[in-house]
Amino acid sequence: MTSAPERRDANAVSAATRVGTHSRLDTAQSRSGAHDLRGTLPLRVELARQVRRRRTQAVAILVLVLPVLIALAFRIGGTGDDTGGGPALLQVATSGAGNFALFTEYVSVGFLLVVMVALFCGDSVASEASWSSLRYLLAIPVPRARLLRQKLIIALLLSFAAQLLLPLWAFLVGGAFFGWAPVESPLGGSFGWGEALSRLLIVLAYSCGQSLVVAGLAFLLGVLTDAPLGAVGGSVMLVIVSNILDSITALDPYRQFLPTHFQYSWVDALGPEVVWDDMMRGTGLALVYSAIFFATAWLAFDRKDITS
Amino acid sequence: MLGLIAALVAIAAVRRDPPIATTSQRIAGVAEPGGAAVSLDTTLYLPESTPAPAVLLAHGFGGSKGSVADEARSLARRGYVVLTYSARGFGASGGLIHLDAPDYEIADASRLVDWLAQQSSVELDGPGDPRVGVAGSSYGGALALLLAAYDTRIDVVAADITWNELADALFPQSEQGGATGSGVFKRLWAGYLFAAGGDDGDSGANSGCGRFAPEICDLYQRAAQTGAADAATLALLHASSPASVLSSITAPTLLSQGQRDSLFPLGQADANARGIAANGTPVQVRWRAGGHDGGGSPSLSAIDDWFQTVLVDGKRPATDQAFVFDRSGAGLSAATGRSVAQTIRVTGGYPGIAGAPDAPRHSLALTGAAQTINAPAGGAPAAVTSVPALGGLLDAAGLLGGQTAALTDPPGQVADFVSAPLSASVLVVGSAQIQLTVTSLTTTSATLFVGLHDVSPDGGDSLPAGLVSPVLLTGLQPGVPRDVTIELPGIVTQFASGDRLRVSVATTDLGYTLPSAPAQYTIQLQGNGELSVPTLSGETLRSGSPRVWLLAGLAAVALAVLVAWLAPIALARRGRRLGPRTVADDSPDGDADHGNEVPLIVQDLVKEYRSGYRAVDGVSFRVERGQVVGLLGPNGAGKTTVLRMVMGLIRPTSGRILVFGQVIVPGAPVLSRLGAFVEGAGFLPHLSGRDNLRLFWAATGLASPEADVETALEIAGLGASVDRKVKTYSQGMRQRLAIAQAMLGLPEVLVLDEPTNGLDPPQIAEMRSVLRRYAATGRTVIVSSHLLSEVEQTCSHVVVMHRGRIVSAGAVEDIAGAGSTQLAVADPAKAMAALTAAGITATEVPARRALEEVFLQLIGGDDDQRS
Repeated sequence: MTSAPERRDANAVSAATRVGTHSRLDTAQSRSGAHDLRGTLPLRVELARQVRRRRTQAVAILVLVLPVLIALAFRIGGTGDDTGGGPALLQVATSGAGNFALFTEYVSVGFLLVVMVALFCGDSVASEASWSSLRYLLAIPVPRARLLRQKLIIALLLSFAAQLLLPLWAFLVGGAFFGWAPVESPLGGSFGWGEALSRLLIVLAYSCGQSLVVAGLAFLLGVLTDAPLGAVGGSVMLVIVSNILDSITALDPYRQFLPTHFQYSWVDALGPEVVWDDMMRGTGLALVYSAIFFATAWLAFDRKDITS
Repeated sequence: MLGLIAALVAIAAVRRDPPIATTSQRIAGVAEPGGAAVSLDTTLYLPESTPAPAVLLAHGFGGSKGSVADEARSLARRGYVVLTYSARGFGASGGLIHLDAPDYEIADASRLVDWLAQQSSVELDGPGDPRVGVAGSSYGGALALLLAAYDTRIDVVAADITWNELADALFPQSEQGGATGSGVFKRLWAGYLFAAGGDDGDSGANSGCGRFAPEICDLYQRAAQTGAADAATLALLHASSPASVLSSITAPTLLSQGQRDSLFPLGQADANARGIAANGTPVQVRWRAGGHDGGGSPSLSAIDDWFQTVLVDGKRPATDQAFVFDRSGAGLSAATGRSVAQTIRVTGGYPGIAGAPDAPRHSLALTGAAQTINAPAGGAPAAVTSVPALGGLLDAAGLLGGQTAALTDPPGQVADFVSAPLSASVLVVGSAQIQLTVTSLTTTSATLFVGLHDVSPDGGDSLPAGLVSPVLLTGLQPGVPRDVTIELPGIVTQFASGDRLRVSVATTDLGYTLPSAPAQYTIQLQGNGELSVPTLSGETLRSGSPRVWLLAGLAAVALAVLVAWLAPIALARRGRRLGPRTVADDSPDGDADHGNEVPLIVQDLVKEYRSGYRAVDGVSFRVERGQVVGLLGPNGAGKTTVLRMVMGLIRPTSGRILVFGQVIVPGAPVLSRLGAFVEGAGFLPHLSGRDNLRLFWAATGLASPEADVETALEIAGLGASVDRKVKTYSQGMRQRLAIAQAMLGLPEVLVLDEPTNGLDPPQIAEMRSVLRRYAATGRTVIVSSHLLSEVEQTCSHVVVMHRGRIVSAGAVEDIAGAGSTQLAVADPAKAMAALTAAGITATEVPARRALEEVFLQLIGGDDDQRS
């Protein structure tokens, strides 16, 4: 495109007068019109755009601080003496690194991780719209389906990274605070390290799968609205409403179709053997919901007039 | 989503439980031996639709018809006519307790069946023969089994936590081959039950027998004093036991028994199941959580399923029913995080409490030397395992201390035999066996209690379900060893890997009658000291098929991918059919080659919003290479909308836009030859100006010559600010950066919307020069503005828009010159002379008028036309 001497020349002149720069307009060649759109908005570029955002850093800090806070709380207050009350995971939370990680996961799944996923996925497109940068990306042109795909990949990557980072960091924090004893099942007995690791992976994989529902809805809302807050808040609201409805047992048997009904089914992986039934149901339900949400997002964005 | 919520709300609003009508009536029972009439207090629950099959629902010992009201209501909701009643001697019914005697309680129940047969709401199998099932727990369960044996009209039975042989339950003997009723008297339970029926009520009399029939009262008092059962006792208890009539039961029977039950342990249901199945009668066995020692309840859905098959579908269940058992605490509740029971289903029939003959048995080697244990005089202190009605409390006590061994193992009274740590976890389902050698040192009899404990690696000790096996050995000779085989309690327990199994042999247990004389026994393992443990494996009971959910999920994903994949292709195809992507064949001037070279052609462009407002209404213009075209019009004229459509951000309602001959659709590749700045800057506020441009260029996917970005930054003229975050920029700085971004890569067509907004005069002047230079290289610039002077000074051509329409278009000179008649002459001086000669006064004027004047005239005219 440009030869080296010209570039040096341009820089040298521009230091004194900007008008000198304009001479480059006469000599430089226009960008090619026939470039491959499949190379637009590479993942590393989108990652760079998102990672340096304040909210990404805030989430990272939260994920790093939370396990330490929980561990300190246990150190100060203990796990409580009320036997039989509270979740079984609480009883064994301080027995070692693995149990502490599981407990942290248990208390985070209901809300914290939901908010994180909603933030990463809902804010991804909506914030571009609110900054007006969306139209310039589309005018590059990044094909719309490709834009969504690249943004979704990075949003999910960040979501999953947060979901993995939390228990892994909690594991390290738990180890530092409570030692490295083997994982104790809340149902009695303990797992060897290999078994514990595979159970932990099942738990993480399942909760990542469950978060697809929130991711899908947040992404859809983010495509439909130009307000990031609306997308994030809307999907968090759905989770809350779904949880409220799920607590009404009179809604049986329809309750089981609520998107959050199987949210905690990963506890089935903590027994003497893994019981897959509810995890299969939960994963199936999550896939159905997220497929609907994502497909709607794609179709809506394809037809949308970008007016922001 | 909202739809789903609305649907759920609607369901919640519409759904209500079907109304259950109840009527209470008194029905005559069998008269007492003295001739006193007995009337039974009953309640009939009617389902929504009748006639329906009936269920006779009996209550437990010490209860009344009110204690089963919830179950009755629930069964009525499932469509059965349910009759509950207080058995004689209980509640508001008359009469005395004869302990499920065939001549009294069972005969009463037959009267109730007679009564049911007369009700129009009850479906009949034949005259006087209602279609009826009988269900009950404990005392009611035994009634159900006995009634089914004595009354052939009973079509189906569900008996929960009940006995097979009362003598076995009250005088349990766990030595293999021991005689019925030859064991240790279960004094706490017996006393507790006697007290439950021992209330004299309002009679004022205090006979000490409460509402018990005299022979039953007498029986209890004799047994409680002697701690043993005589022949009369055994005969009476046998008559009140299903064991006496099992071979007469032909109605399909559902037997459920509690795992936490020191009164009627699993062995009782096991004997019932084997006895009934021996006739070829279908039997299903369920070992549920809980029992008389607390917790759990019979599964109503299991009862409903069982009754449904027989009473509603009219089928006879298969004889090889699956065996179902709960594993308490085997799962965690996803809803509460607490441990819950898991239901396991084993196909291939009920294996029996000792395990099926061909089922895998686990053999564990125990170690432990011969140990001598003391039976204390007076039986105190005694080990505490289960206490009637307090079982649950003891669990809590055990959990609090972490050690139950302190309660179950009084020092000096227990012999221990321990296994090696388990290499893999073992699920024990049923009753283990151990062979011991017992030597009494002084006495001729020995009372022993054998338990199977779970010892965890950290030393925690638990006695599953709090159950022990009582053994009463008689006819011993002091100093002479006797070999015995002992059936350990039936349990369902998972022993985790790393745990040890401990068999304890104790001399005391609080629940039983203990010898008052002191004694000493030596206990040792027989032979190799093998503990034989029945194990089972089955699958967790599934409600419905979870795989269907997963498949539905995968199908939805496949469908979504298909839609996402195919929709753009289909759209593209339709687009190709509707209009060519190039105008080679129908370019406006008919010049095929030329059409591909024209930077911008706008044809009949219309954008109508859903409200009906036409922002752009039939706009057509054409921009050639090297032109600087101004799109001029007041605010709201539709300029920006046109530019947005040129960028592919908005779809036109009709008409089309061609850039270098390519039809513009969202994401059209030809857009890469176009740089744009429309309606304000769009930057990531958290990045610096330099990073913004770098990432923008990187997003094009093109190779990144640093110089391009640097040149653009120079044009923006931000100085040192380029490395500050964009959110700190002024509006003018953002504006300049955005224009620089539009010029990145020097696109062939540059589209700028109101580029001079927010710029100061020197910058505006510079902008003009930049744009003119840009066009001079053969590139094309399209500028929109509402400022006339701006367009006049910058542009070579102008398109004037007003209210979505083009009012005028052409070269700036032409537009400015239009509006009055002008005569162009080759030589003005000569013409002037000629005109003067002709007597016409002429004055020379400049041909150009201000564009502003023209513009106002054009717009004004337009306004007049419209209004």
